[in-house]
Amino acid sequence: MKTAPMNFMPGAEFAQRSETALNDPALRSSFRGAMDFLQGKRRAQFPDAIALENLRRESEAIRRYSLSRLPDLLEQLERNLIRNGIVVHWAETPDEANRIMLEIARRHSARLMIKGKSMVSEEIGFNHAMAAAGIEAMESDMGEFIVQLAGEAPSHIIMPAIHKSKQQIGELFHDKLAGVPYTENVDELILTGREILRKKFAAADIGISGVNFLVAETGTLCLVENEGNGRMCTTVPKVHIAITGIEKVVEKLEHVPPLFTVLTRSATGQPVTTYLNLISGPRQANEKDGPDEVHLILLDNGRSQAYDDEELRTTLQCIRCGACMNHCPIYARIGGHAYGTTYPGPIGVIISPHLLGLAATHKLVTASSLCGACSEVCPVKIPIPQLLVRLRAEAVAGSPTAHPIRGTGSSSSLLMNLVWRGWALVYGQPAIYRGVSWLICRLRFLTPSAQGAWTSCRSPLKPAAKRLRDLLAEEKSRS
Amino acid sequence: MSARDNILARLRKAPVIPAPAPATRECEAREDQATLIAQFTDAMRAAHAEVFFTDEDAWPKLLLRLAEEKGVNTLLIGENTNHGQRLSKRHPDSLRLICYDRPASAWKSELFNEVDAGFTAARSAIADTGSLVLWPDQHEPRLMSLVPPIHFVLLDAATIAPSLASVMASEAWSAGLPSNVLLISGPSKTADIQQTMAYGAHGPRELIVLVCRTSQGRPA
Repeated sequence: MKTAPMNFMPGAEFAQRSETALNDPALRSSFRGAMDFLQGKRRAQFPDAIALENLRRESEAIRRYSLSRLPDLLEQLERNLIRNGIVVHWAETPDEANRIMLEIARRHSARLMIKGKSMVSEEIGFNHAMAAAGIEAMESDMGEFIVQLAGEAPSHIIMPAIHKSKQQIGELFHDKLAGVPYTENVDELILTGREILRKKFAAADIGISGVNFLVAETGTLCLVENEGNGRMCTTVPKVHIAITGIEKVVEKLEHVPPLFTVLTRSATGQPVTTYLNLISGPRQANEKDGPDEVHLILLDNGRSQAYDDEELRTTLQCIRCGACMNHCPIYARIGGHAYGTTYPGPIGVIISPHLLGLAATHKLVTASSLCGACSEVCPVKIPIPQLLVRLRAEAVAGSPTAHPIRGTGSSSSLLMNLVWRGWALVYGQPAIYRGVSWLICRLRFLTPSAQGAWTSCRSPLKPAAKRLRDLLAEEKSRS
Repeated sequence: MSARDNILARLRKAPVIPAPAPATRECEAREDQATLIAQFTDAMRAAHAEVFFTDEDAWPKLLLRLAEEKGVNTLLIGENTNHGQRLSKRHPDSLRLICYDRPASAWKSELFNEVDAGFTAARSAIADTGSLVLWPDQHEPRLMSLVPPIHFVLLDAATIAPSLASVMASEAWSAGLPSNVLLISGPSKTADIQQTMAYGAHGPRELIVLVCRTSQGRPA
C-alpha cells in the first residue's frame, strides 16, 4: 500500500485538499448522489416524527447513563469477559494497540490477518503496522477491500468506497486483479470480491473486527453488519481479535435493541441489518467451529480527555452511524478524504481533536457552517454545533476549564490577539470609538482592492463615507 | 502503572455527571400470532428472503422440492437433530447429504467449496424486523448458516415474537448467553459499490425460510 496512515495534516493542506475536491466534478457527483440516496433512505425509516424523537431520547439516555458509569461498567465488562474466556487488553495509544496485535500474531506465527470493518483499526493504522512487521492484513468488507486495493483510505465511516463510481471500481479490479476483465456490472464485481476473499477467510490465521456495542452484564461483543464478512472474520480463523474504543460499553443487554434499531435506520436507512452477531466467548469444548481464542483490545487514544469535561463528554455518546456526515453540507461537497483524519465529517471534527490534539486539527473545527443539520439527525443527540464552537474557542483563546485539551490555544496568533485587543479597546470606550470611526470614514480611500480570501470571489469591503450616527444626525436635523 | 490502571484512573478522576438509568422498555402489547407471522413474512420478503408455509408433516417434501428446483446437489445438515434425521431418511439419491460431524478445521476446503446449501432450524424469530434467531451449537455450528451459498431454515411459527427486546426478555438472555448468538434478517448483501444492492456478498446468496405452522411448540 502506498499511502501513509493519514493521522496528521497541517491546516494549509486541508484548505488545499478541499479546493482540489471542490474542483473534481466526478468526486462531487459521487458524494452528492450518495448523500441524497442515504438521506432519502433514512427519512423513509422514520415516517413518524414523534416516534423518532422518542427513540432519540431513549438512545441518548442510554448512552448518557452508560458514560456516567463508564469506569464501573468497564470493570464489570472486563470481569464478565474474563469469566467467559475472552482475553481483555487495554491500550492507551495506537502504538500500544498495535504492539498487542503483533504479540498475539507472533505467538501464533500469523502470516495473514483478515479484517472486518473497523474504524478503530483505521485509527491505529493497523494495516501499515502489520505490513511493517511482515504480516499481511487484508480488508474483507467490500468497500474496504476496494479502498485497500486502490491504496486509499476510507472516505466514509459506513460506506468506505463512497467516493468511487462503479466504472472506477471496474477499472481498478481490471488493473489490480489478475485475470479480471473490465465490467461495470455490480453483481459481477461483488462476485469477484467474494471469490477472492473466500480463499482468504479460509487461509487467514487471525480475524480482526471492531465492535458496535459491548455489554457489561453478560460480557458480550455485538457486531452489526450486512455482508457476512464480519461473521467470517470472527468465526473461521482460530484467533479473533476485536478492537474498539473504551466508550462503546452499555450496562445491560436490554440497552442494545434501541441502539441497534436507531443505528441501522440512521446509518443506511435499513430497518435492520442482515446480521447481528453476539459473541460471548471462544469456541467451547464441544463446538465444531468458532475461534479458539477471542481477544478484546480497549483503546483510549484521547477518549479519556473528552470524558474529563462535561460538555466534551457528549462526543463519546456517538454510535458511529454516519448520519451527521450524510447530512453535512460541507462533507457532501469536499468528501471524506479532504479532512485527512480517520473520522471525517461532523463527528470527525469533534472527535479528532481528542485523538490528535488541537494543534493538528484546529482548521477542521472551522469546517462547518454551524447549520445544525448534524445535531438534528444525530440519533443520540450530540450537540455538535455547540461542541464546534467550544473547540474553536479552545483553539484560539485557550481552555475555559482547569483541564485544557491537548493543543489548546494552538491557533492563536500575536496579530490576531492584537487585533482583538484593539477591537475590545475601541468598542469599550465610546470616546475612542467615535474618534476611530470618524478617522476610518476619512481614510476609506486607502482601502485595498485586494483583500485576500475575501476578494477571491466577492467585491472588496470599503467603509461607508458617513457613519450611521452621522446619517442619523442628518436625518434628525432635517425633520 | 499498566495501561488499564492509567485509563481507569483518568476516568475515575473525571467529574461525576449523574444520569438517570434508562427506563426498561415496556414490551409491546402481544399481537395475535397470525399478525406476527404476517409481519415477519412481509419484513423477510422485503429483505429478499423467500418464505414458505408448511407444517410438521409436509416440510421435508417441500424442502426437497425447493432444493431440487435450486439445483442443490449437496446439502449440509446438523449432527443429531430431529429435523436433520428426518431428512436423511427420505432424501433422493440425487441429493448428497453431508453431516457437520467434524470440527470445521478438519474439512474446511470441502465446506467452502463443495457444499451447495445448509439446513438449520431457528430458535425463534422476530416479527417487526423479520429476523431469525439462531443459537449455533455443537449440533448446528456457526458456519452452517454462513458458508453455503443457500441457507434453508426451519422455523416454528409459534416462536415468532414481536421484537428483539421481547425475545431477550422472554428467553431471559441476560441470565447467560452461549458463545455465539445470531440474528439473520435476509441473505448476505452489500451496497458498497455506488449504493447498488448486490446479494451474496460473503454469506448466503439465498435465504429460504420454511415456516412450520403446526408443531409441538404450538400455543394452546
